[in-house]
Amino acid sequence: MIIANNLTKSYGKLIALDNISVNCKKGECIILIGPNGSGKTTLIKCILGMAIADSGFITFNNKNISKDWAYRAAIGYMPQIGKYPEHMTIGQVLTMMKDIRNTDQPLDEDLIKSFKLDSLLNKRMGTLSGGTTQKVSAALAFLFNPAVLILDEPTAGLDPIASEILKEKILAEKDNGKLILVTSHILSDLDDLVTEVIYMQEGKLCFHQSIDKLREETGEEKLAKAIATVMLEKAN
Amino acid sequence: MKKIVKYIMTDILRSIIMIIYTIVLLATSFTLFSLEDNANKGLLSLLNIILIIVPLFSLLFSTIYIYNSAEFIELLVSQPLQRKSIWQSFSIGLAISLSLAFIIGIGLPVLIFQFNTIGLILIIVGTLLSIIFVAIALWAAVQIRDKAKGIGMAILLWMYFSLLFDGFVLFLLFQFADYPLEKPMILVSALNPIDLGRVLILLQLDISAMMGYTGAIFKDFFGTMLGLSIAFITLLVWVLIPLYFSTRKFIRKDL
Amino acid sequence: MKKVIVILMALIFWVESFGHIIHVGPLHKVKSIRTAIRIANNGDTILVAAGMYKEGNLIISKQLTLIGDKYPIIDGQNKYEVFSIKASKVVIDGFKIYHSGTSNLDDYAGIKVYDSREVTIQNNILDDTYFGIYLQYAKRCVIKNNQLKANNKEEQQSGNGIHCWKSDSLSITDNTVDGHRDGIYFEFVTNSSIKSNTTSNNIRYGLHFMFSNNDTYQFNSFIGNGAGVAVMYSNKVSMLNNQFKENWGDAAYGLLLKEISDSYITGNTFEKNTTGIYLEGASSIKMDHNIFKNNGWAMKIQASCMDIKVSTNNFVGNTFDIGTNGSLVLNTFNKNYWDKYEGYDLNHDTMGDIPYRPVSMYSMIVEQNPPAMMLFRSFITSLLDKTEKFIPSLTPENLKDNTPLMRKAF
Repeated sequence: MIIANNLTKSYGKLIALDNISVNCKKGECIILIGPNGSGKTTLIKCILGMAIADSGFITFNNKNISKDWAYRAAIGYMPQIGKYPEHMTIGQVLTMMKDIRNTDQPLDEDLIKSFKLDSLLNKRMGTLSGGTTQKVSAALAFLFNPAVLILDEPTAGLDPIASEILKEKILAEKDNGKLILVTSHILSDLDDLVTEVIYMQEGKLCFHQSIDKLREETGEEKLAKAIATVMLEKAN
Repeated sequence: MKKIVKYIMTDILRSIIMIIYTIVLLATSFTLFSLEDNANKGLLSLLNIILIIVPLFSLLFSTIYIYNSAEFIELLVSQPLQRKSIWQSFSIGLAISLSLAFIIGIGLPVLIFQFNTIGLILIIVGTLLSIIFVAIALWAAVQIRDKAKGIGMAILLWMYFSLLFDGFVLFLLFQFADYPLEKPMILVSALNPIDLGRVLILLQLDISAMMGYTGAIFKDFFGTMLGLSIAFITLLVWVLIPLYFSTRKFIRKDL
Repeated sequence: MKKVIVILMALIFWVESFGHIIHVGPLHKVKSIRTAIRIANNGDTILVAAGMYKEGNLIISKQLTLIGDKYPIIDGQNKYEVFSIKASKVVIDGFKIYHSGTSNLDDYAGIKVYDSREVTIQNNILDDTYFGIYLQYAKRCVIKNNQLKANNKEEQQSGNGIHCWKSDSLSITDNTVDGHRDGIYFEFVTNSSIKSNTTSNNIRYGLHFMFSNNDTYQFNSFIGNGAGVAVMYSNKVSMLNNQFKENWGDAAYGLLLKEISDSYITGNTFEKNTTGIYLEGASSIKMDHNIFKNNGWAMKIQASCMDIKVSTNNFVGNTFDIGTNGSLVLNTFNKNYWDKYEGYDLNHDTMGDIPYRPVSMYSMIVEQNPPAMMLFRSFITSLLDKTEKFIPSLTPENLKDNTPLMRKAF
């Protein structure tokens, strides 16, 4: 569904993405992991068209995205730190996004209900705590029933209950056959959801494997341990 | 695009600073008009506000607004929207809001106390200056990533347009004092929207007689329909050029 | 001897008062003024009834008194000079004089006095004349209560309202002059008085002095002329209690003084002129008790002036108080009231404790470099003026009022 080909991107001297090629298919739940500054967020930004690659290209449903913008209608994005116009209320932000998307598809308001955002509709964005803002971000990402969900550190800043609600929602959407791309540094958090793992380091793609194969090869049940084993092997 | 403009405007118009700006302008203009026995003098005092405060506020407010909206811009970019239309929505939203504040704060009192050609030109020039400095601020903000540097740049730009440029003109005038510079000055005035705006307004006031031969040359040019049109087109160009370059930059910018 | 003179004088008056009266008019035996003048003797009075008279050029070379009854109209048909007075003691009173001829060779006038004495011209209305009232080699003439009007547009094709040349001891009182080249023009005129006249909308000057000494003008109003009054190459001119108003334009002055000396300017009001007084090459002039209000420049004193004493005047609402073009200052300013003065008076002697410098830096810059006017009312110029106040550099060090008044001088 999303194919990146020989993607390279540098910020000045820093090479954020170094000749990355990945293929993400429908129905997968891919976790994008790697240390800070490994290029995870840059890759996501490239896919979303927020950053523009120096070379290489990305296709979305076999269409190059570089001159396109309409493809983003099929993506729900939850940023790491969401920030919204301070003077708007939650209700207004939701209305605004609906207005911008202008879709006649049925809306998915599950998260709004389960996060109990509907009781906070008149709160101004500027007065919200970080966690509540994240809840709004998450609700927005799922609201339009997109075919692809891109979640940047979704559980960071959420309380355990909210975190659990979100995980269940992700699982449900995966089962609906959507492509889900998650970055996270807390590996154990998303163990039971993930089908594929992409590991990045210093802008390079270290490996891209299905979780089943990874477990099989390493013999480790826990994702964190499995990856650690692979890394050790690579280092040797 | 209309929708985004609408949302940006509701956001800006609710901000307390914007409301204070409008009220301060309103209070100043009413005070000036009621203090001066002669409405023309009120206009002259207002002229200073239009030429100094309006550009400064437009620059600073727009720059800070863009930096504060960085994440919101990111959010919009991740939506199925064209970058060009996002940026233009921000430009238009800011331009309309600041013009609105100006028109309420200064335009309204001027229309009440001085409803004539001079008043109208004053309002048009002030509104155009508001918009021009929104466009210039956006250009600066899109070029510079760092907020502090960006605000510094906005202040520098204001210094340039309201002070340094004129200082430079003065310097040139003395360097080339032996040449007849009255006509080239028309061209020079086009290089700074604040100067151009000031000349346009002063020429409408009878005080222009004091400007001697230079004033006469200016009046010959800007007094005609053609000259006046050229002047307003120049002011429009001052909106369009920064807008064009900032849009071009924003389309290619990494967020 | 004295007795003889008194008797002689009495005789003269007796002869005069027993002159005949000749009636002229459509209903009288004498139909034309020309005939009346021809048959009249010295000392006669010609009484002209109302009506329209088109008689070409009327030359009066006898001592006659012409009186118009209910303003008879004398039409010059755009061809002739109307009255040419070539005798002394002529009186022209109560006529409407229209449409004199225009010529670039001869200075045609409504009423012209040639080489005569004690002529009285009063209560006449002159409209569309080339020159209005023209005096040459005249002495002790009275021009009183006439209304002169012309609709001239260009300086080259228009004459002056009241034009006096090589004359002496004239009295010009209560006239109004509108729309001529110069309202009142003096060239080589001495010992004369101009009083209570109003000149307005004249193309060049309201009142123009050239080479005329020992004259006084007072209680006149000069409004909306190209420039109010120009006094050039003259001396000992007293200018008292006049109004100089709305002489507003690119090169307009309330009062232009050029190469004049030993004169006195007092009690005048200068209001809404581009430049209130412009002085060039002037010397020994005293100015006091004048009001300078809402002018562009209250006063421009070129460095070629000396010994100008400016004291006890009020300067209010002028854009620039004083302008000058050099650093040499041989003039003094004392005890004036300047509304821009920001000083204080700690010892309560009604005078400010620190001097006032009426020349702003920007006015100096503009004087040296006129295109700098482009920066008029810009931020930088007001900033320069403020800086200059603290650290004077460009403005003349000595041009200051050491005793500025805290309140209006009068």
